[in-house]
Amino acid sequence: MDLINQPLPWYIAGPLISLTMLLLLLVGKNFGMSSNLRTMCTALGANKTCDFFCFDWKGQRWNLLVMLGAVIGGFIAVQYLSGGKAPEINTEVIDTLKSLGFESAGSSYLPLELFGPAVFSSTKGIFILLIGGFLVGFGARYAGGCTSGHAISGLSNLQLPSLIAVIGFFIGGLVMVHLIFPLIF
Amino acid sequence: MKSTVYLVIGIFFGIVMLKSEAASWFRIYEMFQFKAFHMYGIIGSALVLGIIFIQLIKRYQVKTFNGEQIIISDKSKSIYRYLIGGIIFGLGWALAGACPGPMFTLLGAGFFPIILVIIGALLGTWCYGLLKNKLPH
Repeated sequence: MDLINQPLPWYIAGPLISLTMLLLLLVGKNFGMSSNLRTMCTALGANKTCDFFCFDWKGQRWNLLVMLGAVIGGFIAVQYLSGGKAPEINTEVIDTLKSLGFESAGSSYLPLELFGPAVFSSTKGIFILLIGGFLVGFGARYAGGCTSGHAISGLSNLQLPSLIAVIGFFIGGLVMVHLIFPLIF
Repeated sequence: MKSTVYLVIGIFFGIVMLKSEAASWFRIYEMFQFKAFHMYGIIGSALVLGIIFIQLIKRYQVKTFNGEQIIISDKSKSIYRYLIGGIIFGLGWALAGACPGPMFTLLGAGFFPIILVIIGALLGTWCYGLLKNKLPH
């Protein structure tokens, strides 16, 4: 079973993601991970600050369990399924990243310059991760969903709003990588 | 019993995210550079099968395991919120290299600085809640 130690090819991974969505529909729920961020805000007390967080967060317990499962899944993948090795990305991309200062490109699952333990002592690194996360959280709630809610669930249901959101995801991503990265790295 | 089902679905999803490298910052960067088919293949194949699943559910009025009707609600019509919100999300997705599912998977995988991304995402969600009524939707 050497296959288990290999990365999942796209034509297996994609259908398995659709299967995740299907399973959630069959247990009467919807596939959408960013809702958990709102639930967590409420659980942490954000309902005392504005109405947006005033809802019965315990009704979202099921989704928090999916999220907890996603954490455990990451652990299992790395500990028992040889996950977390460097992806074989395009060699031109490796060169581009090295020229931007990402020396770990091609030899690590995540860039060590941002996700290595040293980042906690780098003000720039801390800001980049916090701001990146902030934009993800703000944007996902503003758009009413993230990659799972819009790009997978919404587009699967042929929703025009989801198509607009996904076009937005790509405009944002392209601007970041092509226009902003050269300024910050 | 039901709790276990949600947990197992989450574990399955987490393994797929990590093992498919969709949780890798490098794969997201490469996608926005249009230098590999990998991420497009994942999203594209998920979509093709997803569309088929949902069409089948609608046509045959498939019920949940509990025998209830499956409700897939339509998204409310608008352009602003999806476009502006989407662009903001995309900026963050490319910078942090993780969307709201994988950021939790990466925590379990032991990439602890991802906690900063999660804290940022919670702050971002909270700020959206505070500003919601002042934003165009």
